[in-house]
Amino acid sequence: MSARDERPILEARGLTRRFGGLVAVNDFSFSVRAGAIHGLIGPNGAGKTTTFNVISGFYAPTAGQVFFRGLDVSGRKTSALAAMGLVRTFQGSTLFQEFSVLDNVRVGRHLGARAGFFSRLLGADRRSEEKADAQAQDTLAFFGLEDLADEPVSNLPHGHQRMLGLAVALAAEPEVLLLDEPFTGMNPEETGRMMTLVQRIRDRGVTVMLVEHDMRAVMNLCDVITVMNFGALLVEGPPEVVRNDPAVIEAYLGSATADGAGDAA
Amino acid sequence: MVFLFAALAVLPYLLSYSQQEIAVLLVINVLLVSSYRLLTLTGEWSLGHVVIMGVGAYASALLAKRLGVPVPLSMLLGAGMAAATAAILSFPLFRMKGFYFLIGSFAAGEIIRLIWKRFTDPFGGPKGLKRIDPFPDIDAGFLSIDFYEPVNYYFLALIVVSASLFVLYRIERSRIGLTFHAIHWQDRLAESVGVDTFRYRTLAFVIASFFAGIAGGLYAHYVGAVNPTRFSVDQMVYVLVWAVVGGTATFYGPILGVIVLTVVNEIVLRALGLDTARPLIYGAILILSVLYLPNGLESLGPRLRARWQRWRGGSAAARREAT
Repeated sequence: MSARDERPILEARGLTRRFGGLVAVNDFSFSVRAGAIHGLIGPNGAGKTTTFNVISGFYAPTAGQVFFRGLDVSGRKTSALAAMGLVRTFQGSTLFQEFSVLDNVRVGRHLGARAGFFSRLLGADRRSEEKADAQAQDTLAFFGLEDLADEPVSNLPHGHQRMLGLAVALAAEPEVLLLDEPFTGMNPEETGRMMTLVQRIRDRGVTVMLVEHDMRAVMNLCDVITVMNFGALLVEGPPEVVRNDPAVIEAYLGSATADGAGDAA
Repeated sequence: MVFLFAALAVLPYLLSYSQQEIAVLLVINVLLVSSYRLLTLTGEWSLGHVVIMGVGAYASALLAKRLGVPVPLSMLLGAGMAAATAAILSFPLFRMKGFYFLIGSFAAGEIIRLIWKRFTDPFGGPKGLKRIDPFPDIDAGFLSIDFYEPVNYYFLALIVVSASLFVLYRIERSRIGLTFHAIHWQDRLAESVGVDTFRYRTLAFVIASFFAGIAGGLYAHYVGAVNPTRFSVDQMVYVLVWAVVGGTATFYGPILGVIVLTVVNEIVLRALGLDTARPLIYGAILILSVLYLPNGLESLGPRLRARWQRWRGGSAAARREAT
């Protein structure tokens, strides 16, 4: 948890995203320290997923900027961001369902297995491909999926599919990994295993930012938590601070009385 | 494989002159539909593929007629022209996906056809180009090959198409093919691990168009005439029917489709005197295959094998019971 670098590795400044008249993200700023596990939480509709989509380049911001490793990367393509080391996962088991487990991770190695068009045609890419395959196997072993390498993904149980989603992202060798609801739909045992994995990924030197609804997991796992509500920043801080913050409790539970709401405003 | 090539080598000598001509066109169509399949790997279906073939045909014909470029080279340049056209069209077309791409590609194809019709110089207007230079005869004393003969052109086309199919096959088996499939099934996931999906869609479109252009060049210098109607959307529908009836999951599916339907068309229908009813019959075949063989002819082999094994297993059990 020690900050190796005081400069944030990922930062948003005044991030805004509108869809027609709807302001999904409104002047939202946060910064993620290198080496941290950083949680992004908020009630439904707070704009967490939109924030993720803007950071990861699926949407361009309407206003504001995203900085990655100190560079303004606002509006860059998702694939270009991945090449810089910013990789995201998706909700649920978004995988190449028709591929084998190994082929999924092989696609994840896309950036690490470069070769020219004609060397692919002539098979001169064999050495880089063999290396990519070995690395894909290593990644599978990290998740304990190596025995399932040749299985079609559709045969895998749900929990394994979720781990494979993480494996595909990790195969791209990210510096920052954005996890979109990694624990949703998991039983406590699976959640526990997944939390250990996220910690081990961080221990490999990958900064993790995650959107999640499972409060227990978030509180136990994250070093810093950013809470958003109505598209804007509500509170940011370590779990013990966020947990007891009245504004956070109110955002999640609503205020006790109409008077309380008046006081808060 | 050896048997296949032996059969292909003997085939033209078993055919009548007009059937030999059909065999040449069939070989060209095999390349057309196989190149089309490469584009479908990324999940996009175009309605402009035959027009792209036409770009190769027109470009090669014009290069040979107007600029005196030797014919084999003009074919290659024509294919390059088809590929370049695809590269330019990628910018508007790959802003769209699925149905919108389909319609966009149709519109782009119609624009190209209108250009051919409107600009009589150099494209010859609605009548198109005639007296296109034929493939030059080879005359090396001991060896002389006249490519006006369908048999000889058949072998020329067979060699060119086999080489092209080999390249297409290699592309699909390489990481490039894996990436195309990945884009088809989950383009957002592919993008998130660093696949530039726009670039790879463009790559598939450009490669497919290059080989469609080769098919166009082979066509133009064989038939000797091209016109805008030859590359109309009606012709595109035949390519779609070949691909759908054959199936696109395997490399050989579309090839099977074009061969079977050509045989049906040219032999069965002609013998029955029904060849003018081709669109009607093709429509019926398409509907029947979608209803009863939704995965195409390519799925017939595995299905029959499974049924055979079940039948054998069943009869073996019956025999055991009888004894």
